[in-house]
Amino acid sequence: MSEAGNSISLRADKLTKRFGGFYALKDFDMDVAKGDIHAVIGPNGAGKTTFFNLVTGMLPADSGRITFEDEAIDDPRPSRRTMRGIARTFQNIRLFGQMTVLENVMLGRHCRAYLSLWKALRNTVLHRPLGEAEEEREMRGHALEILDFLGLSDERHAKATDLSHGKQRKLELARALATDPRLLLLDEPAAGMNPHETEELDDVICSVRDRGITIILVEHDMNLVMGISDRVTVLNFGTKIAEGAPKEIQDDPTVIEAYLGEDVSL
Amino acid sequence: MIYQQLINGLMLGASYSLVAIGYTLIFGVLGLLYFAHGEVFMVGAFVGLYLVIHAGANIYMALLGATIATACLGVFAVFAAVRPVSKDYPLAPLISTIGLTIVLQNIATYIFGGQTVAFPETIESILFHFGPVTISSVQIFTLAVAIVLMVLLWLFIENTKMGRAIRATAENHETAALLGVNVNRVVLVTFILASAIAGIAGVLDGVKNSAISPFMGLQVAIKGLVVMLLGGLGNVRGAMVAGILLGMIEILTAAYLGSSMRDFFTFAILILILLYRPTGLFGTRTIEER
Repeated sequence: MSEAGNSISLRADKLTKRFGGFYALKDFDMDVAKGDIHAVIGPNGAGKTTFFNLVTGMLPADSGRITFEDEAIDDPRPSRRTMRGIARTFQNIRLFGQMTVLENVMLGRHCRAYLSLWKALRNTVLHRPLGEAEEEREMRGHALEILDFLGLSDERHAKATDLSHGKQRKLELARALATDPRLLLLDEPAAGMNPHETEELDDVICSVRDRGITIILVEHDMNLVMGISDRVTVLNFGTKIAEGAPKEIQDDPTVIEAYLGEDVSL
Repeated sequence: MIYQQLINGLMLGASYSLVAIGYTLIFGVLGLLYFAHGEVFMVGAFVGLYLVIHAGANIYMALLGATIATACLGVFAVFAAVRPVSKDYPLAPLISTIGLTIVLQNIATYIFGGQTVAFPETIESILFHFGPVTISSVQIFTLAVAIVLMVLLWLFIENTKMGRAIRATAENHETAALLGVNVNRVVLVTFILASAIAGIAGVLDGVKNSAISPFMGLQVAIKGLVVMLLGGLGNVRGAMVAGILLGMIEILTAAYLGSSMRDFFTFAILILILLYRPTGLFGTRTIEER
């Protein structure tokens, strides 16, 4: 899977993050192959979300390097990483609650289009008489397409906070997809979902992968993880304790002992 | 009589709304009480006055000049008093903008003197009578400008990409930044918009009251603050409605209870809002996120 250099999407190299004396992540190495669904699992506090925050630039790393598609990502600004093609969703949903579903997704297009103040002012004045500005139309069309893909079209004019929990998670995914990512980081997408919604999510994640988007998945639902992942990395106390195909991880005694406790079958 | 008072209240309220919109926009994106906003209003009025007296400008040129000058002042404020100040201390930008207030007030006093200055007549004053109501051409003009501005601003906020970015930043600037919203630019644009609107409001105030003073900013700033709290912090639509509401209340109390009661009611409302409805009459966009 990860033989040649150019088939690597994301590479973490000796990544370290400390909070005071506590190592949230220590000398963490990981290669994510292009087109894979790569799961990162581990007990609470193992450093999974910290890893996402380092990759998206929401936290600065203390040491180590992150390489995306053979280029180091140095610019600390999260917006630049999004422009480079890395998008994420959040463990605790972070939608713009006062905006409509459609507006939330359209916001995801921000990193893809530059609009000067002058153009924006002109669009304001000409908006009603001349119909929508072309760029608005493009953004709207793109957003509608994504909403359609995720089955949220009917709710497009609803306020984001009025959606059910499962649909809010989907909307976060829609907003992340609107940025046109090549790498998508999903932080516990199944949290709080019922079994039916989780099953649906399974299909959604696979069809996102089929669009050519590499996925890194942090998730506690082991059925979901083992069912769809190509590779699994296991973290414990900020260090990697195992990595391999789901089958290997399920049979790995270190993982079973350290992470799941003894006498638990995966 | 009551109709006449309601019209007068609408006129006064519209200028409160214009100032409060700027406050609430800036509060929305930065969580900052922008202290110098009343002074921006004052600078707008004086630039308008200067253009009319020394450059022979008509009212439209005066409005345009004041808009450009205060928009530049907004840019200056961002680079001089907001960006260089550390974000780790939430009160620091409040202090630095108080500093800006003092500087602007002193510059204006130095140039124009400390007295109230007459604002020359720029619009021919014609009185229109509609039954019991009398409206002057000046009132119609200032009200029309205020309403057009508010409608344009509303369309801008609701329908454009930058407007959406401003709303997103007001809700959660971290997530907005992650999605590619350039938060620094949003702050800059917000300051430009808020300042330009305050500048126009300043000229309109001069035209309406025929007199301006370097200390007019404080009064307006306090009224704008009350309106912002009444409408809900960061809520633009709330500020528009609350401004007109406060204008009506002030005029009606002045007319029926005596003008000395005017500010009494304004601040009584402020206290009641803070005690019983701290999110304002129309709720707030930002309070849950912060």
